Amino acid sequence: MEKVTLTINGIQVQAPKDYTILKAAREIGIHIPTLCYLEGVNEIGACRVCVVEVERARALLTACTTPVAEGMVVKTNSKRVREARKMVVELILANHNRECLVCDRNGSCELQKLTEELGIKEVSYEGVKRTPTIDDFSPSIVRDTSKCILCGRCIATCKNVQEIGILEFTNRGFNTEVSPAFNSSMTEMPCIYCGQCVNACPVAALREKSSIDDVWEAIDNPDLHVIVQSAPAVRAALGECFDNPIGTNVTGKMATALHMMGFDKVFDTNFAADLTILEEGTELLGRIKNGGVLPMITSCSPGWINFAELNYPELLPHLSSCKSPHQMFGAIMKTHYAKMNNIDPKKIYVVSVMPCTAKKYECKREEMGRDGYLDVDTVITTRELGKMIKQASIDFNELAEGKFDEYYGDYSGAAVIFGATGGVMEAALRTVADVLTGKDLEAIEYKAVRGEERIREAEVQIGDLTVKAAVTHSAAGARKIMEMIKAGEADYHFIEIMGCDGGCVNGGGQPHVSATNRVGIDIRLERAKALYSEDESLEIRKSHKNPSITRLYEEFLGEPNSHVAHEVLHTHYAGRDKYNLKK
Amino acid sequence: MENQVMKEVLNEKNFAALDQVIEANKDRKGALMPILHEAQNIFGALPIEVQTVISEKLDISLAEIYGVVTFYSQFSLVPKGEFVIGLCLGTACYVKGAQNILDRLETELGIKVGETSKDGKFTLEATRCLGCCGLAPVMVINEKVYGRLEPGQITGILKQYK
Repeated sequence: MEKVTLTINGIQVQAPKDYTILKAAREIGIHIPTLCYLEGVNEIGACRVCVVEVERARALLTACTTPVAEGMVVKTNSKRVREARKMVVELILANHNRECLVCDRNGSCELQKLTEELGIKEVSYEGVKRTPTIDDFSPSIVRDTSKCILCGRCIATCKNVQEIGILEFTNRGFNTEVSPAFNSSMTEMPCIYCGQCVNACPVAALREKSSIDDVWEAIDNPDLHVIVQSAPAVRAALGECFDNPIGTNVTGKMATALHMMGFDKVFDTNFAADLTILEEGTELLGRIKNGGVLPMITSCSPGWINFAELNYPELLPHLSSCKSPHQMFGAIMKTHYAKMNNIDPKKIYVVSVMPCTAKKYECKREEMGRDGYLDVDTVITTRELGKMIKQASIDFNELAEGKFDEYYGDYSGAAVIFGATGGVMEAALRTVADVLTGKDLEAIEYKAVRGEERIREAEVQIGDLTVKAAVTHSAAGARKIMEMIKAGEADYHFIEIMGCDGGCVNGGGQPHVSATNRVGIDIRLERAKALYSEDESLEIRKSHKNPSITRLYEEFLGEPNSHVAHEVLHTHYAGRDKYNLKK
Repeated sequence: MENQVMKEVLNEKNFAALDQVIEANKDRKGALMPILHEAQNIFGALPIEVQTVISEKLDISLAEIYGVVTFYSQFSLVPKGEFVIGLCLGTACYVKGAQNILDRLETELGIKVGETSKDGKFTLEATRCLGCCGLAPVMVINEKVYGRLEPGQITGILKQYK
């Protein structure tokens, strides 16, 4: 790329022609504040916070959209610029619900931080406020327009990353609002509850529906036996809630913290991830052998399940009938564990810590339970766990490395990598290869299915069978694969689909990373690395080699896909109307 | 759509006409605007039933279409009445007492600005300057202009349309 020379704050800099002023400035360590900017997703210059002074330009220009030019002279912190930015933010604050002390995003709010950085001490424009809409009908996501600053980051994420487009700027002028069509609830639209909009939101206009109080209440209830499990991806991100660098693995500290919080048992969803591999792997081999519906598609991601049910009801037979790992786990707790420990299943309360907002919806589905109780009672996100640890006054970073309780807390390396896109596929291949060859194979790293490419394919020769696999992530990737299946172009045996971009490590329930901290780092890859290195560090790296899984089959399930297994661990799906508006 | 008028408008013939409009426009750049215009001509409004069809066929999200429809004031979600009353609230009319006329219209019709009467007869709109300030305060009902209005005249004028 051709380079141009420009001057920023008196410093001469060479930058590729297609750079914006923002990007060129960042490369030489000059920070320009932003608010609506989300690298690669929302670069629209809407909020005007990043304005800079450019010589010979009549007005101030937005650094995030203005390309660099030869001989350009830029000032990023002149008096004029500072005053303009202050005014812009004051105007945003004038129509913002400033109950910051009791806000969900207190401490992680990008607007709060900007207000502090710009030195705003008062809001001189006290005017009319829009009448807010609060949509808290879904079990997953709350939309609160009293907090919304109309930056458009959620809109761009839903439209361009997920390619679903639930949210949009509606109405006009002062009445502009970010909302679903017809100002309806997200429950009435084909929203998959992935929560990517929540991750994109710089304020608390979109947030998860909190279940923190429910969990504390359960812990405090002496009649309940409260069990907690946490998903693989949680350990790769929870540390960020306590200022650890992105990609820090905190498995041990998390286990310690969960014990300290007062859960009766601290188990691991990883155990059920191993179980999933045996069930799903067996289902796959059965379909291949018996001419079942292929390609078979994974069913771990509830965002993906929602997407499939809403958009491709005719292709649902392609989905594995396996419940997602944490639902399997809950089901085992309320059946086998209850019996073994002589506890009334109705008195067992299962909490799942998930990187996901869609799981909050999933656990309330009526198929996910039996005899009038749910497999999993409550789902909290990684963010919520972070808050609870703080509420319990636990000094997280100083904790000793703890362990999960035995048996249902035991897991293999294959389970850990479930949290990254491609992980379920790799875990499945490790087991399927051993089963088909009857050997204990040593080459277990299937790197072709790792990475961040939208669709990755792999052909793996196992004995006589060439297993054709594909992996995709995000709803946009899912749509591509589904269209391929529809057109008869998906020549695969097995497909892994995760609803979020990057898989669970980048799920909608993971800690917020501000737009500024996202620059120059791929949070998906960093968090995934934490999982792959835990996998490498473990002795047992194949699901079927997890001795506790073998024990569970001996004690309870018999064999994979047995009648009992079907009863407890499998589910079914049904197409749903895309729009549920009351007419 | 609550009112009877809309139910009648959402008929097979009109949806067939909509299909034709979509078919004729869908490959051109910026197809959404002309299609919305035509659709509003066909149905008299752009209710959800119409917007979802456009959304599916153009592969544009419903939210995006709704965003466009609510941005431009010429699009309407509910059908306009048989008679659209546009009362000027421009500066001259306002100074000459348009607010009193408006109050009277709202009381007489039992609706507020922007609404349509339950029987589907009248839609009341406040407009910008109509360009005939000499007649202030002024209103138009469909194409007919009424100038130098006094609140007392309203009942009589409306009677002609009932």
